[in-house]
Amino acid sequence: MSEIETKIICITCPVGCSLVVTHEDQKVIKVEGNQCRKGIDYAQNELRDPRRMVTTTVKVKRGLHPLVPVYTSAPIPKPLIFELIKKLRGVELEAPVKVGQAILKDFLGTGVDVLAARDLPQVGQKTSETGSG
Amino acid sequence: MSLDRVKPIYDVVVIGSGPGGLGAAIAAKKNGADDVLIIERDNELGGILVQCIHNGFGVEIFKEDLPGPLYAHRFIQEANSLGVEVLSDTMVLDITPLRKITAVGKRAGFVELEARAIVLAMGCRERTRAQIRIPGTRPAGIYTAGTAQRFVNVEGYMPGNRFVILGSGDIGMIMARRLTLEGAKVERVLEIMPFLTGLTRNYVQCLLDYNIPLQLRHTVSRILGNYRVEAVEAVEVDENWNPIPGTEEIIPCDTLLLSVGLIPENELSRKAGVILDPITGGPVVDESMQTSVSGIFAAGNVVHVYDLVDWVTEAGFLAGKSAAKFAVEMKKGLSRKVKLVAGANVRYIVPQYLDSESLAESDQRIQLRVVRPIEEKVWVEVTDGEHLITRKLERYVRPGEIVTIKIPKKAYDEVQKTDKLIVRVAKS
Amino acid sequence: MKKYDVIIIGAGIIGCMIARFLSRYKLDTLLIEKEADVCMGATAANTAIIHAGYDPVPGSLKAEMNVKGNKMWDTLAGELNIPFERRGDYVVAIGEEELPKLEELMKQGIQNGVPGLVLLSGDEVRRREPNINPKVSGALWASTGGIADPFAAAVAAAENAVMNGVTIMFETVFQDFIMDGNKIVGIKTNRGDFASRWVINAAGLYSDEVMHKAGVRPEFRITPRKGEYYVFDRAEITINNVLFPVPTPVTKGILVTTTIHGNTIIGPNAKDIQDKEDRSVTREGLEEVWNGALKLVPKLELKHVIAVFAGLRAGGNAPSPNPNIKYNHDYVIEIPSNVKGFVNLGGIESPGLVSSPAIATRVIELLKDVGEKLEEKKDWDPIRPARPRFRDLSKEEQRILVQNDPRYGRIVCRCESVTEGEIVAEIHAPVPAKTYDAIKRRTWLGTGRCQGGFDTPRVVEILARELGVPPTQITKKGPGSEFLKRRTKDVA
Repeated sequence: MSEIETKIICITCPVGCSLVVTHEDQKVIKVEGNQCRKGIDYAQNELRDPRRMVTTTVKVKRGLHPLVPVYTSAPIPKPLIFELIKKLRGVELEAPVKVGQAILKDFLGTGVDVLAARDLPQVGQKTSETGSG
Repeated sequence: MSLDRVKPIYDVVVIGSGPGGLGAAIAAKKNGADDVLIIERDNELGGILVQCIHNGFGVEIFKEDLPGPLYAHRFIQEANSLGVEVLSDTMVLDITPLRKITAVGKRAGFVELEARAIVLAMGCRERTRAQIRIPGTRPAGIYTAGTAQRFVNVEGYMPGNRFVILGSGDIGMIMARRLTLEGAKVERVLEIMPFLTGLTRNYVQCLLDYNIPLQLRHTVSRILGNYRVEAVEAVEVDENWNPIPGTEEIIPCDTLLLSVGLIPENELSRKAGVILDPITGGPVVDESMQTSVSGIFAAGNVVHVYDLVDWVTEAGFLAGKSAAKFAVEMKKGLSRKVKLVAGANVRYIVPQYLDSESLAESDQRIQLRVVRPIEEKVWVEVTDGEHLITRKLERYVRPGEIVTIKIPKKAYDEVQKTDKLIVRVAKS
Repeated sequence: MKKYDVIIIGAGIIGCMIARFLSRYKLDTLLIEKEADVCMGATAANTAIIHAGYDPVPGSLKAEMNVKGNKMWDTLAGELNIPFERRGDYVVAIGEEELPKLEELMKQGIQNGVPGLVLLSGDEVRRREPNINPKVSGALWASTGGIADPFAAAVAAAENAVMNGVTIMFETVFQDFIMDGNKIVGIKTNRGDFASRWVINAAGLYSDEVMHKAGVRPEFRITPRKGEYYVFDRAEITINNVLFPVPTPVTKGILVTTTIHGNTIIGPNAKDIQDKEDRSVTREGLEEVWNGALKLVPKLELKHVIAVFAGLRAGGNAPSPNPNIKYNHDYVIEIPSNVKGFVNLGGIESPGLVSSPAIATRVIELLKDVGEKLEEKKDWDPIRPARPRFRDLSKEEQRILVQNDPRYGRIVCRCESVTEGEIVAEIHAPVPAKTYDAIKRRTWLGTGRCQGGFDTPRVVEILARELGVPPTQITKKGPGSEFLKRRTKDVA
């Protein structure tokens, strides 16, 4: 079968080792360039199931701002990022929004929710963020 | 709570409600300050965190990976529950070395107040195109990364469709990803150094993930377009940052984003007479974060630019605690002064006040003048109203000649118990 | 077709000043401008000096206009509330070998009728300007020289004109004359045709193209001459005066000067270019300015620079109307004999700002000379009231201002302390500011350390609100320079 060498950068810690990963499909045969064990785990995960945290904004009606920042409760599979962004672009919430409020639950069966990252009051009202309550 | 009317004096006033300011306000409250006021120029708390919607915050303090606004939210909640007062939508215009503050706001009006201690937490501003003197025209479409971030994440507008980013710092890379996710095209990231200036993690997750090309040892040599950016000319540079002729490349785009450095924002610090370090651009501070001006402390990016917001919060905690201690000492100090009162035949006494602690160190000499001369032996007596503390025999007393008397160290305990000492002249 | 008595082409300092002085008379006057605001040409980018008048060639029209205009500035600045200070200019000699040139200049100045010229010793110059090159050997002090705000001058003149009945149309581009034989009876523009008895050419860099369309002076050519500048942080360096080096035949040289806003600026160099719209700063130009300025003030530091910009002078090639002198770059201010209904101006480069009131007065004299009846309006008001500048007020005045209008309590430009109240006032002024740069010119917002980094989103919001348009329509300097492309979530 064919062995491929893929170069990736490990981001587990700030060192950022440049890894050369020899693999057959998603089976890791050899990892070089890592300074610790975590690099091997990272390489395996990146090859098999790369995941990312996604942060973005969602439209809000009648809020202090027209957008509220949101985030994924856990990293989602990298190939699904643009799909999530597209889905969230179509969402429009009604103010007030509460921190931790679930915008989306269990996105595409991943078990990951999308949550509001802050309180967003209605225009003209106060919350802790505006210095009240 | 948000104020419409301020008190004339506060124990601690914090200028700015970013991570530094919030940390300082919380720590001040927890360390004995009776009242703490945050003055914030925006209409909500959080400072720069309001627009930093990406994650990477709280890894040290909370052992979690949070987006900026959520990180801020935790401290905002805590500040509120501790009773920190907030004057928002208000800009500080002036601070004097004696800690008098002038501020102005649409709702607050023209505000003047005093602080026993101040924490400067104004953060930093971004280096501009003009400061790095990029040749070319001055069209619309040139933004510093932070201003663009504000538009995209808070105001809700895209400043452009096709971007070139100058600077591989974290803000630049994070914006590269942000803009791409919101449907723009980031053509190139240019970095003048031969190495990445931001975190590798951001290079992977912001540039590599989205196939955005990075060119090290490159910069923008010219901006083109009269009304709006139409293109930038990129060029390779040598070790001395000089453009290498023949390497010019015109990159069509409609927006140039600059991520070329942060500068601590110390205009107010200067007004207060705070000495600045010419290399950091921020105040010179000691281990308690006190500046060269007594009672004025500083925390966060206003002192120097941090990599991790968690350390900004920690600096805020330290500065807030020190500020609170200073304020508390100041209040205590006034009430531990013992007043020297002129009794019978005494016109005046100098000093007028004694710090009761002063007797722990040494005897204290006081001077007085009498009203009427007495040309015979007299006692000059110091009492606390009931008990005699000390006395001295004088052969005569005359208004024209200062009389001195020593309050001895051994009187320390008695003096502790009183708030005044009466000095009088009595016939022998 | 709308009919006017006078149409002025170009709303730079010359066009605005002519409009203002003409507004005194019962004439229906239209001022047209191709850009979105007044003074976006040469008037927007110059050294802002009210020259004393020793420099122009004696006997030239430039010299005459300079000296006459200089005398008018106290009254002008007072009536129109233009920031202006008569601080005096200094031509500084570095080294003994430059001293004779100072005496030459002084003689020239006296010939031009300039009062108050004094030669100073090196010691005296050092006393007045501590940062000057220690090798200074002396200076010519022209005590009638000064500094002014050229934007305020153009805006104030335009506003006073509007207050007195003049119409201004922006984004209106002159295309051609409408002729009846050899008489001009109107103009064609991108906004339609307008009839007029008189057309005044104040088109600056394009004055040659305008006059050629009337068949006037086919040999006259404007060569744009670029000058680049640096602006310094006023907290980092203080220069007290206007400092010129000893001049060369081509240019007054690279100055180091204070401005009426308190910043120090250095520049300009002088480079002939082709493109009348090329206001780019160049590496070579900036280097030339820097090296030139170091001659006067060696202490300058690059790290204190907060802005750079370039301006274009409208350099003309007209021989002087004075037959007794040989000078080929003089002003053109005339009513040509071969065309009727045309007042022609061309090549109004430095000393254009100081000369502007004298030029306006000369235009009126020319009109009177050919028999134009100029009847004065009884209710002409020469005063353009000043609007409050928050940062210039005392604390007590600030408190009252904020109390009366809370919008003056919201600081929008932190570096220059410019408030929302001031911005709103400019948006609704007689010559309204509708773009970011227009507001910047009038309030000085965005010119400080952060160069608009903090204020831009807020100004865009205020402009959108006050003009009743979406933020995506707000521009930096007119159509084509919009700040924002779309809303974040509106993806095609």
